[in-house]
Amino acid sequence: MSRDPLGLVRARPGPGFEFSFDGEPVPALPGQSIAAALWASGRVSWRRTRQSGAPRGAFCGMGVCFDCLVEADGRANVRACLAPARPGAQVRTQEGTGHDHRA
Amino acid sequence: MIVGAGMVGAACAYYATAAGLSVALVDRGPVAGGTTGAGEGNLLVSDKPPGPELELALLSLRLWQGLAAELPGALEYEAKGGLVVASTDEGMTALRALAAEQSAHGVGAEEVPPERLAELEPHLAAGLAGGIRYAQDAQVQPALAAAQLIRAARRAGAELLSGTEVTGMLLGPDGAVRGVRTDRDGQLACGAVVNAAGTWGGRIAELAGVRLPVLPRRGFVLVTEPLPPLVRHKVYAADYVADVASGSADLQSSAVVEGTQAGTVLVGASRERVGFDRGPAVPVLRRLAAQAVGLFPVLAGVQVIRSYRGFRPYLPDHLPAIGPDPRAPGLFHACGHEGAGIGLAPATGLLLARLLSGAPTELDTSVFRPDRFPTRMQEVL
Repeated sequence: MSRDPLGLVRARPGPGFEFSFDGEPVPALPGQSIAAALWASGRVSWRRTRQSGAPRGAFCGMGVCFDCLVEADGRANVRACLAPARPGAQVRTQEGTGHDHRA
Repeated sequence: MIVGAGMVGAACAYYATAAGLSVALVDRGPVAGGTTGAGEGNLLVSDKPPGPELELALLSLRLWQGLAAELPGALEYEAKGGLVVASTDEGMTALRALAAEQSAHGVGAEEVPPERLAELEPHLAAGLAGGIRYAQDAQVQPALAAAQLIRAARRAGAELLSGTEVTGMLLGPDGAVRGVRTDRDGQLACGAVVNAAGTWGGRIAELAGVRLPVLPRRGFVLVTEPLPPLVRHKVYAADYVADVASGSADLQSSAVVEGTQAGTVLVGASRERVGFDRGPAVPVLRRLAAQAVGLFPVLAGVQVIRSYRGFRPYLPDHLPAIGPDPRAPGLFHACGHEGAGIGLAPATGLLLARLLSGAPTELDTSVFRPDRFPTRMQEVL
């Protein structure tokens, strides 16, 4: 049985595009969140916690838990589950608070 | 029977249990569900001019040190010190005069010339006229601190009834308070009732037929995203002292900026009397954010991830009500600490435990007597 939600809802999205994650191209569809695109590309974890270094990815998937943080186009603490993927965006793994350069 | 499981009720339970009294703590909500959970955890002497509140604060800060040693790591106690800064020479002159008065009453206050401010706070704005460093100012995580004191009191035999609302008082024919009526646990008889209901203390007093004019004074706190350590002290602008002392209902705000162990930076403090309005107040939040960036330009471009608001228990003369109520024998008050309740809680709890057991008190409590306000009933009589 297909687990592809596009098939389930007979979606006909517009043409796909790519953004960059840590320098590697990631395919995405219009309207897809960064987290969904990362998941679809097989990535389930893209950050480590500040204290213990535990792996983190999309947990709640709805903007509440702040586990899925990425740095997107130079902006730190972007919730990947809420931010839409955009063509050509530069998304990076967030290190520490994402603001460590301010110290 | 202590009504209110906030910071002050927790401290009353802690010290009353330690004094050998049999204690029950009742709250209509959870522990620290009211003003305690909506504060910053300020333990300040810096904002208090000489007077009874400062004496209470000095006693309380000594007690906080002891509690932090007794409950290590549990309170997020940080003796980080305060730094009050002035933007103008006039402001600095006033601040210096206040510091001199405070120094004469046991407060450690050290003037910091403008060129040395950056040593203490590297990210502070340039061009300030100077500041005063207050070594005694400290911080706790207030909800945690209340919970830990209640835990310690329960270990020593106190009972906690959360989710239980006091709906009435059991009164003797002479008007003496002999217990409380609750919504969930029926009638509970006791030797004394302590009103530690904070901002809602006026309602508890009313149940016993007496008036205590506690009013809510709303304040907002902004919480930033986690940051590397940028702010070392509790830093605030000198205007804050005037705001605290003001009795105006209008909005006052001055930035109080501090880092936390979790990395978030907290930005207070606004004051306004708007009843219990919990509604969003974008202009207040905007003003606080702008004032914080004025003190710490490094915060520009940092995201605020949330804000919260609380209602300080305000009494018209800015002093708490601590002690027995002669109008209703058996009723004691420990409320009305406005924005200083976390800092003043241990001293309040200790004094109250002394008064409950008839022991001598460390301070003269007559200035905190709860019947010092004109009451409608007295006017009628």
